[in-house]
Amino acid sequence: MTEELLKLENIYKNFGNVKVLKDVNMNIKKGEIVALIGDNGAGKSTLIKVITGVHRPNSGKIIFKNKEVKIKSVSQSRKMGIEAVYQERALCDQQELYRNIFAGREITNSLGFLKIKEQRKEAEKILRDYIGFTSKAITVDSTIMGLSGGEKQGVAFGRSLYFNSDLIVLDEPTMGLSIQETEKVLNFVRGLKKENKSAIFIDHNIIHVYGAADRFVILDRGEVVGEFNKDEISREALVQKMIELHESGKIKVEA
Amino acid sequence: MNNILNSYFVKTHKLEISITIIAIVLFLIYFIGATHVFTRFPIYRAFMQSMPFFGIIAISATFVVTLGEIDLSFPSIVGITSLTFGMLLTSTDGNFFISFVLATSLGMFAGLINGLLVTKIGIPSIVATIGTLYFWRGLVNVISQGSGIAIVDVADGTWHHTLFVEKLFGKIPAQFIWFIVLTALMQWLYRYHKFGNHIHFVGDNKASAQMMGINVDLVKIIAFVQLGFFSALAGIFTMYEMLYFWPTQGSGLMLTTLAAVFVGGTSVFGGKGTIFGTFIGVLIIGSLESGIVALGLSGFYVQFIYGIMITAAVTIYALIQRKKN
Repeated sequence: MTEELLKLENIYKNFGNVKVLKDVNMNIKKGEIVALIGDNGAGKSTLIKVITGVHRPNSGKIIFKNKEVKIKSVSQSRKMGIEAVYQERALCDQQELYRNIFAGREITNSLGFLKIKEQRKEAEKILRDYIGFTSKAITVDSTIMGLSGGEKQGVAFGRSLYFNSDLIVLDEPTMGLSIQETEKVLNFVRGLKKENKSAIFIDHNIIHVYGAADRFVILDRGEVVGEFNKDEISREALVQKMIELHESGKIKVEA
Repeated sequence: MNNILNSYFVKTHKLEISITIIAIVLFLIYFIGATHVFTRFPIYRAFMQSMPFFGIIAISATFVVTLGEIDLSFPSIVGITSLTFGMLLTSTDGNFFISFVLATSLGMFAGLINGLLVTKIGIPSIVATIGTLYFWRGLVNVISQGSGIAIVDVADGTWHHTLFVEKLFGKIPAQFIWFIVLTALMQWLYRYHKFGNHIHFVGDNKASAQMMGINVDLVKIIAFVQLGFFSALAGIFTMYEMLYFWPTQGSGLMLTTLAAVFVGGTSVFGGKGTIFGTFIGVLIIGSLESGIVALGLSGFYVQFIYGIMITAAVTIYALIQRKKN
């Protein structure tokens, strides 16, 4: 029996009158990669932003490492060991790479002044060890603006690994990437398992999802409408489910 | 030569280098065109006397502009805090501490209101600060009833007068030294402190900054508050120099101050800026009026040349930026 890392119970989230999440229940075990799938507007991004502290749920319980927690901010979720790699990558284009890696948790002295040397040194380590950038054109002083989509994703990944988190949240990590870059990203996701890290992973492409995840949670209009382990469902059956969902507006799941 | 042009320092400091060259060219023009004025000291003393009044605010406003925000209310914050300072100093028979602390606190309070209107109510800063611009100036008019306050009896010859505006060695105005010290301090905060770092990230991309765990609203509020403080400080410097408060005090500062920030190379779009550039911007904008007159042109040319300088500078920066992308 593997240990449970995160458990969500009866999560509701409204934006004004719009109910974005309705009674969502799900869990993630240690070392497990869970894929969150569903159409645009199903509530996937909102759900992960509840987990990472960007949004607060209107009601419901979050249990992390067997303790009930209220995640009030991004910095709090990070301290608990939750790292996010967002769809938007959460990088600032005009700022240097090393500053992006440490933004929001700078290495400083007690007066709040930045230890630039140390940040640059650590950033160099991240580039070399976690991201494997070999191109000489990219240094820790490069601005994000000049990086390709895959390189940006690499920086966002490297950052999440460096801070030694237990749960990594990946929002559409392959969006806008070339085939080669996508393959690298999927390898990275599979590699998380070896380090006994857990991940939640959103992607529109079922083929990507199927290759990388252990379990699939299907979300539709704010509700969980299906949940499968990889050994319970073939790739074709999963695709079929999604097509049905798309056509009928909602699927009935008898599993 | 090619080596120098390709060096890391040059690549990362294009803006600062461009603005410095513009300033050098400008002062060369002054020097050649009005040699008799610019080879003597008084013109420089006049510059050092007057530049800090708007220069201090320009340095501080660079933080707000880097956020992608703007504050148009600081001329009126100068007004209300100067009035407060003058009233307190005269009514307490020259108690500097009480007057200084209350006047700067009021400045920070005015900044806090701007910050709250922008972050918590969600009014764009250009609109919110037009509101507070009129509000504080209106309050100055209501309270002062249009008359000024002389502080000469309680300020002239005091230690605080010396501290703020006395001439060092009989030549260098103290306010200029303060201006240099504050610029250095603010540059340090801007580039090497967590707060300055957060200013850049919020100005660059608010949503990303939020996702990286930066408290966006708090950063903005602090930026407006420090501008309120420095507006008050600039007002107090002016009071000591003039030994008088007049109800329109500060209202001429708006365009010169913002022009110095933009000529200095800080991006209107946020995320990128330079304190050093603003400092040079202050030297340029602050010297234009006397420079033009010294060159023998009539005062009517002043605004025209402001226009050329500002447009040329922001065009150069836009082109540098475009090349980068």
